[in-house]
Amino acid sequence: MIFLWAFIIGGAICIFGQICFDVFKLTPAHTMTLLVVLGALLDGVGLYDPFIKFAGAGASVPITSFGNALVHGALEELKKDGWIGVITGIFKVTSAGISAAIIFSFLAALVVKPKG
Amino acid sequence: MANNKKKNLTPVQQEYQEFANKREPARPVFKNCIRAFISGGTICLFGQAIQEMFVHWGGFDEKKAANPTIAVLILLSVILTSLGVYDKISQWAGAGSAVPVTGFANSMASSAIEHRSEGLVLGVGGKMFEIAGPVIVFGTVAAFIVGVVHLLFNPNAVGGH
Repeated sequence: MIFLWAFIIGGAICIFGQICFDVFKLTPAHTMTLLVVLGALLDGVGLYDPFIKFAGAGASVPITSFGNALVHGALEELKKDGWIGVITGIFKVTSAGISAAIIFSFLAALVVKPKG
Repeated sequence: MANNKKKNLTPVQQEYQEFANKREPARPVFKNCIRAFISGGTICLFGQAIQEMFVHWGGFDEKKAANPTIAVLILLSVILTSLGVYDKISQWAGAGSAVPVTGFANSMASSAIEHRSEGLVLGVGGKMFEIAGPVIVFGTVAAFIVGVVHLLFNPNAVGGH
């Protein structure tokens, strides 16, 4: 069942992105930024966790979950260490994603010749 | 955005702009949305499958499995970008391949590869974040604001000391 919801919800978020592209004529960078901020705000009011529970990867794979993870790190550290956690915690959860993207992209640039 | 630029144009140019806008083929929004739905859904379905593998064979619990899943998706996306396959998928899929985290990785890898000729530091290092940079900046600022709001208005969320 979780597979079905992952497909439907993940696809629905992409439709939202496509509408931003085609109807509101936003650039991909603007659209992705908008989605990240939306994810951050949703987690701020506590809605993203139940959303992930319901949709699985449908909620955790789209870029909205990046905003969610940033807020999650900040709030976790806020709970643990007090006010300084707002600064120290932001990248705690997203480290895997950002590090992997930087490292793999860098290695790819070393090996691959640009096409076209 | 197009409207802002219009102000600086001469009347003739404005006329041409309007003419060009009228002749511009309408974007097939519905078809694009279907494609985005199918491709985006498939990527998420694929992510779910990887996550289940981490849970069943990797000994991760549901929550901890999300991070390695995203790392695997990013690796796959960078490989497909390097082979030139991801760009072909993007042409068909539109937002379906841009919105998932694979699109984020694709934007970084393709910028890094494209600007390789400008040198490792200024090209690869500097241009890698051309598209991904705003996403990180605005995500971080939004997370900071949400954190401060919790700090000020939600005493239960603040620990330590």
